[in-house]
Amino acid sequence: MSTQTQEKNASEITLDAFREGKPLTYRALNELIHNAHDQGYTTINIKNVFGQRFICAGMEGPCTVNIYGTPGNDLGVFMEGPTINVFGSAEDQAGNTMNAGKIIIHGNAWDVTGLAARGGSIFVKGNGGYRIGIHMKEYKNKRPAIVYGGVVKEFFGEYMAGGALVVLGLEEKEGKWMNNTALPIVKGSLGTGIHGGIILVRGEVNPELLGVGATIQELCTKDMVILKRLIKEFCKYFGVSEELVFKKEFTKIAAGSSRPFAHFYCVNPI
Amino acid sequence: MEVKHKIAPRFKIKIDRELCRHCKRCTVNCSFGALIYNGSQIVADPALCVACQRCAIMCPQDAISILPGEINYAPHPTFNDRQRRIIFEQSSTGGVLLTGMGNDLEYMSIFDDLLLDACQVTNPSIDPLREPVETKTYIGRKPDKISVTEENNRFVLKKETYPHVVLSTPITVGHMSLGSLSYPAMLAILRACKEMEIMAGTGEGGLHPDFYQYGKYINSEVASGRFGVEPKYLKNVAALEIKIGQGAKPGHGGHLPGEKVDKLIAETRMIPVGTDALSPYPHHDIYSIEDLQQLIGALKEASRYKVPVGVKIAAVHNSAPIASGIVRAGADFVTLDGFRGGTGASPRVIRDHAGIPVEMAVASVDQRLREEGIRNQASIFAGGGIRYSADILKIIALGADAVMLGQSVMIAMGCRVCQQCHRGLCPWGIATQEPQLVSRMDADVATQRLVNLFTAWTEEIKEILGAMGIDSIESLVGNRDRLRYIGSNPHIAEILDVKHVGE
Repeated sequence: MSTQTQEKNASEITLDAFREGKPLTYRALNELIHNAHDQGYTTINIKNVFGQRFICAGMEGPCTVNIYGTPGNDLGVFMEGPTINVFGSAEDQAGNTMNAGKIIIHGNAWDVTGLAARGGSIFVKGNGGYRIGIHMKEYKNKRPAIVYGGVVKEFFGEYMAGGALVVLGLEEKEGKWMNNTALPIVKGSLGTGIHGGIILVRGEVNPELLGVGATIQELCTKDMVILKRLIKEFCKYFGVSEELVFKKEFTKIAAGSSRPFAHFYCVNPI
Repeated sequence: MEVKHKIAPRFKIKIDRELCRHCKRCTVNCSFGALIYNGSQIVADPALCVACQRCAIMCPQDAISILPGEINYAPHPTFNDRQRRIIFEQSSTGGVLLTGMGNDLEYMSIFDDLLLDACQVTNPSIDPLREPVETKTYIGRKPDKISVTEENNRFVLKKETYPHVVLSTPITVGHMSLGSLSYPAMLAILRACKEMEIMAGTGEGGLHPDFYQYGKYINSEVASGRFGVEPKYLKNVAALEIKIGQGAKPGHGGHLPGEKVDKLIAETRMIPVGTDALSPYPHHDIYSIEDLQQLIGALKEASRYKVPVGVKIAAVHNSAPIASGIVRAGADFVTLDGFRGGTGASPRVIRDHAGIPVEMAVASVDQRLREEGIRNQASIFAGGGIRYSADILKIIALGADAVMLGQSVMIAMGCRVCQQCHRGLCPWGIATQEPQLVSRMDADVATQRLVNLFTAWTEEIKEILGAMGIDSIESLVGNRDRLRYIGSNPHIAEILDVKHVGE
């Protein structure tokens, strides 16, 4: 039972994640969101989001969800199709196991973003934490992508089996975009266990940061096509110039082999 | 670096040359390359033989026997034949030994130290052929109490009940993925479960679109690799299960060798063809019990609270507090997979030496949950080398609600337990993706064999329940008093809370 609806035109609705001075439980909020989606609203605005988890979990089909505030863990977990704009920062596991759709975060997004992602894309304006893009996958035209504008921490792209991870090392200060002062922009165990997919880092990468099975390789034409497309989209969302982004060359990290651990095993029968 | 070393073959392939008509059927059937035709006769390379028995069964003349290898080492209990071979192979290859199926070391079976009760005189037995004996089992959270109100001369439930799954018998098929199993094997399992109205696990292979129609009989697994996990996988099924561990390899991740990742598997799992499908050791969003609660919450949200969400763990030390934590984290069922559980690929050292028997795990988990007053909040599934209906009855009496079967299902479909599943060369077409081998598996025949097995065991369960004077399987759950311990270690009986025979 809620009187949460405010402005309402043919296909847009605004929900308030606060009620009577208290944040709604995640279960109550998500019920409202799912109901709005079931009723056919194509744009769902949610204001005063205060750490509620699992927003848009398992949501299917096209829909635009605009979140004002800080969504909690597992934003868009298992989702397939919606576009989520976050006007704030996200917490851990944004885009966890997502299948399709887009998440655009005008802030930071911390640990384990895009865990096991199978498709769709995530664009983060700011910085990230650990284990971003861990175990991302891809098959034919389902190729997930994650782009971070700022810097990220250890285990970036751990266990990757596919998809593309990009990190730019930029930041916005008082409306102006420039190189991020935090260096290096990626940390250790980079791409450890990678057996598919690509990691593209803007600038040079110290080989000592590479994880098991990760190697620095030449960017090929296909990689550049993917990169250009992703950067164009990133710049559109966050107001950066593509020229600034491409002022530095990108380093590509990919799997040395598609079976980096094969030689550890013996299959002979005993 | 590989350094080859010749060692005595485990088996000898004996061909009766008088009976052999040179039809060469055996050379076609052997998927391990142990038999070839050299132009004038069948030639065997016993070093490649794994005793799968395919050649012996397929020979129209019954001319082939598989015998133990003839070279005998001086007997030695510490460095027996197996131990010697382990050292030989590892010094040749430098590799971690992989294997398939379940533990093949001789640990004692606690099932074999338990005996079932029967009624005599003090209360009457029930004849299941003439009176109803109920095997229906309800899986999921049960309410703490029932409250009803009266409405229009009828009693109506006041409180919501939780989502549950109804099984016609306390038997389910455990998680064996499409990838570790072939397509027809998977199809046979699902069709049999539909016919029996029970549930089968998807394993970590995702759900092939051809199998969506069996959704009502499917338990989708969400394992650490998240292979195949998409909204359709989560929404049109009967239950969801988070795999934390597996009895065959406690603490280890999953491993589908690249040989078994063909186009079909690559598509369902979304990885490049020929890559190893690796599942990480932990879920990388579960690093604590609170994180597990979070994933359970995420799955319940994604499935809109319509289906039970459970958690599977390998039976390990401290299974009782772990299970208590799992139930308090919101799981609607807990699956305990004992150390004899099977697998498509696991390092031998983990499979054979890690974990605990499911008998002990179930007994301690059931007891702990009852002591904490939360036993009703989750059902318990038990598995890990369940061999026949007697094991099912005993594990239910120790506290499980139902069992999950793996190896017995494989054997019903034709598996000979040669333990080569990880190589993708299964000559019976069960644990392989090679088209020529997969075509050997007839899904219709396999379906019927599984239905036969489950029906036979259900009838035996009814026979024993009737003999105990019990008319419903629910009355046997956790009913330790209907068991007696006949083993030699009274401490085990104490932990199981089962009386000694004669008491």
